[in-house]
Amino acid sequence: MNKLMKTIRIASALVCAIVVASVQANDAFNPILKAEVTDDVAAPAIPKVIKNDVKQKRNYPMQPPVIPHNTRGYEVNTRVNKCMSCHSRDRVEESQAPMVSVTHFMDRDGNFLAEISPRRYFCNQCHVTQSDVEPVIENTFTDSKHLMKLSNQ
Amino acid sequence: MKWLKLVWQTFKKPSVHYSLGFLTLGGFLAGVIFWGGFNTALEATNTEEFCIGCHEMENNVYEELKTTIHYTNRSGVRATCPDCHVPHEWTDKIARKMAASKEVWGKIFGTINTREKFNEKRRQLAENEWARLKANDSLECRNCHDFDSMDFTLQNPRAVEMHSTALASGEKTCIDCHKGIAHQLPDMHGVPGW
Repeated sequence: MNKLMKTIRIASALVCAIVVASVQANDAFNPILKAEVTDDVAAPAIPKVIKNDVKQKRNYPMQPPVIPHNTRGYEVNTRVNKCMSCHSRDRVEESQAPMVSVTHFMDRDGNFLAEISPRRYFCNQCHVTQSDVEPVIENTFTDSKHLMKLSNQ
Repeated sequence: MKWLKLVWQTFKKPSVHYSLGFLTLGGFLAGVIFWGGFNTALEATNTEEFCIGCHEMENNVYEELKTTIHYTNRSGVRATCPDCHVPHEWTDKIARKMAASKEVWGKIFGTINTREKFNEKRRQLAENEWARLKANDSLECRNCHDFDSMDFTLQNPRAVEMHSTALASGEKTCIDCHKGIAHQLPDMHGVPGW
């Protein structure tokens, strides 16, 4: 009896191991590198940032506008905010950059402050640069205007 | 004592003891050696290795430089400390070297020997450099970045707009806009343009 139990235990452990191994093998495909995670593949080149200074369409009204220029080395910390040296209210005349929207001056209770609100201080939390690359995973996002057109038909 | 007296006499009236030819040639050779030694010593203090010999420079400004384009970039042309911080012209270089005696003072008394002390002085130190570059029309930038060789068609529209107007007319100089390009910025409150 004891021997039988032992055999069953070993057998079940083996089956488990095989199942786990096969599941892992399936999960181990990296869609970004297009290779198994265990494979040694060369890292893809770092794509170049789009810096044509051309405003891009927003995909929905509340979307934070994307940055059409390079931001390498821009400091945003307790001492200084490089972005605001062009985009702040009193700098846009000289820089001709778009001013940060009025929502950036609001605290969480909706009161307007004289300076940008601390909760909007870190620009890169919402605004990012863009690179001219193919999406890694298929994106099924549809513009709401297109959806409205479809529903009217 | 007798020996010392002889040395003094020789020093006081060397032409009594040595020929004019010897003195002229000897003086010339001594001059060459002195001048060569002086310049060698001067150039030795004009290397990055010398600058980061002090931990104040190595652990603060040098570490900060490493993340910027002036340290590493696609073509491998890089700026070392003296390229930007020491004038290349001889007279200005000597003037800067004399001013640097203040830095020796700072080193001896540990003015910025911790990161905290350095950060506290950052604005003052930065302002020294901004003032120097403003006064010499950003000469150390222009030693490499020649305005006449800039191709505006290769710059992005924003850069062209600024460079073709304010920079071209001499109304502004490099440092007016390009602050903090090689090291972290201090607290910029009250700095024009920030």
